[in-house]
Parts: sequence; structure tokens; C-alpha cells
Amino acid sequence: MEILKAAMAGTLESSDAQVTVEPGNQDIELSIESSVINQFGRQIRTAVLETLDRLGVTAAKVTVVDKGALDCTLKARVECAVYRANGITENFPWGGDIR
Amino acid sequence: MIHPNKKRLRRSMMFLNAQKPSLIKDPYVYGVDSIMLDLEDAVAENQKDSARFSLYHALKEIDYHGIERVVRINGLDTPHWKEDIRVCVAGGCDAIRIAKTESAKDVQIVEEHVLAAEREFGRPEGSTLLMAALESCRGVLNALEICESSDRLFGIALSGGDYTKDLQTHITGTGIELAGARQHMIMAARAAGVQCFDTVFTNLDDMEAFEKEVEMIKLMGFDGKSLVNPRQIAVVHRIFTPTPKEIIFAEKVVREIDEKKAQGIGVFTVDGKMIDIAFYDGAKRTIELAKASGVYEGDL
Repeated sequence: MEILKAAMAGTLESSDAQVTVEPGNQDIELSIESSVINQFGRQIRTAVLETLDRLGVTAAKVTVVDKGALDCTLKARVECAVYRANGITENFPWGGDIR
Repeated sequence: MIHPNKKRLRRSMMFLNAQKPSLIKDPYVYGVDSIMLDLEDAVAENQKDSARFSLYHALKEIDYHGIERVVRINGLDTPHWKEDIRVCVAGGCDAIRIAKTESAKDVQIVEEHVLAAEREFGRPEGSTLLMAALESCRGVLNALEICESSDRLFGIALSGGDYTKDLQTHITGTGIELAGARQHMIMAARAAGVQCFDTVFTNLDDMEAFEKEVEMIKLMGFDGKSLVNPRQIAVVHRIFTPTPKEIIFAEKVVREIDEKKAQGIGVFTVDGKMIDIAFYDGAKRTIELAKASGVYEGDL
């Protein structure tokens, strides 16, 4: 999926994450800010990159501000931001690309 | 075939905003009977999509330790309900709460879409239960047809805020404005053999009034109550769980009726109270409720 416009999902509340996606050039440029970056930085990075890969996003600038989100929350926020960036609002592939 | 969970214990049904990770990540710690993950009123109009993604992954990945997972979908008068149903069924929720139900047809429309979603996502047909929230005078007046509208429907719930608006009054704290709806709905539910749930109590600073309201709705025959805060759960469970005295009396009634029936005796006394066959079902219900609440140690 191509990132057509900048889009954001999530909040800065505890246990949440705010994910911003913007059109990119050739690859994924990922920036992560988290108070638990030392303990969970790698895990957060993996969850975000795997989700982008599943959605077929190969070029994007992605910013994650993590507030202690579980993996399932990170996935949900990344997916929401990507679909918003594509203007898709219904008929989501639940259980397909979203899983 | 009747769904095995259609009559499960639902004393406490707590609303949680499906969009808030902090609320939905571990609500099983409160020991509530059912959670109601909300896609409707608690979620802002421009966050409906985000709430669905959050809901899907919560349903798929969080272990709720056997707590029933109900999802409240947006009303049929909105553009959201069809996608709500798809995500609920794809995620494998236990039941869907239909907001603003006004007729049997409303339930049947939802049922058609649920069946289509079960087929689309490979879920067993008939596995998703339904409940209907009655939020208007028309909905309350049509309670019986709503209760009888679908084999999937396990119960109806009063939504007092919207109902009193439609009635052109407001929540007074006395219960007078809800009396007619409560009585009508519980009769309709019992006539149709489904469960009935009371509306939320939102004044968290007045636990005494909350307790009185729970005692009242228990006496009226309700199966449980919609809740908005974990603090309310223990009160509901205490009031809805039979006391040891009630359990002992119910056991005596059941045993005596079984015994006296065999002897051809129809009316007798237990602990000084006149008892006949009319007490049998009530006593059996007390024992069933005690069993479901985990406090029964007898052998009936």
C-alpha cells in the first residue's frame, strides 16, 4: 500500500501510542520515542515493521511516540494510520492483511 | 439448538471504551461477568475507525480469562454499524449489543449481517449472540416482539438516558421516570424467556443510592445491570448472589416438594412458611444462581 498523505492514529495517553505516517522516498524511515526504549525498543520496532510489511508499505516516514503500548495496540495504531493515509474507511481485510 | 451461553450469568455488564488501550487491556482483574466494549457513544465520530482496529486486536490477542466479550455497535441510523458487525465477528466477540433497537426488524437486519459476516470470516454460524438496547418509548413498547425476534437474542437492556429524553423527562434519582419501562421490559423478557438488564447508574459519588437501586432491580426480577465503573461490580455481585440463608431455604423447598409430591401432598410448611408447587421454580432458580455465582456447596 502506498502512503498517499500524512495521517496519524492513537493518543499520548498511558498504554497507547501515537503513530504518524507520511509519504516516503524509497524505504521505511522509522523513528521511535518511548520511555521504555531501552527495554522494549527492539520489540516496538519489530511490531511496527512487521505490520507495515504485512500491509505492503515499502516507502514511508513513520514516527511512533510510545506510552507503554502492548503489541496489539501498536499494530492497531499503525494499521489505522496507514488506512487513513489511503482514505480507506470500510471493507477492511479483517483476518487478512489485518491480523 | 440453543446456544450454550445464552443463559449464562450476567449480573454485571461493564462498559469500556474500545478505543482506550488502558481500559481494555486487563479488565478481567475486576471479576466482572461481561465486558461491553463500546464502539458507540464513548467513541468520537472521527475515531470510529481507530476503535475498530483497537477492538479487533484486543479480541484476537488479549486473554480475557473467560469473561464474556460483548461489543456495543453503532445504531442502524448511522453509517458505522455494518463495518462494526464485520469487525466484531472477525474478531470473534461473544455477543453484539444493538444500540437504539426499536423493533424486531432491527434485530433481524443485524442478524442477517452477522450471519453474512460469520460466513465471510469462517466463524461457526449462530456463534455470535445478540442483545438489544431499548432506548426509546417505541423500543420499550415493542419489547416483547424484540425479545422474540431471534434465537440469537439472549436479552434486552434498558438505556435510561436516551429513554428519558424521549419520554421528555430526565433521570431523577428516584426511579419514578423509569418505573414503567422497567416493569414492561422485565415482563416482556420473562414472557419470551430471555434475560433483562437495567440501565447504568452514573453518579459514582453516591454509592448508597446505587446500592438501593441494585436492590430494587433485583427484586423487580432483572438479571443484572449495565455498569460504568469497576467500583460498582462488588455491590451488584453481593446483592445478586443468594445468601446462605436463602440457599438453605431453597434446598429445603426443593427437597420437600419432591418428597411431598411423591406422597400426594400439595401444600405443607417449611420453616413455618406455607409452601406449594408454585415455589418450586423460584427455589430452583436460587440454587442455579448460587451455582453460577460459585457459592453453592450442596448436591442438588
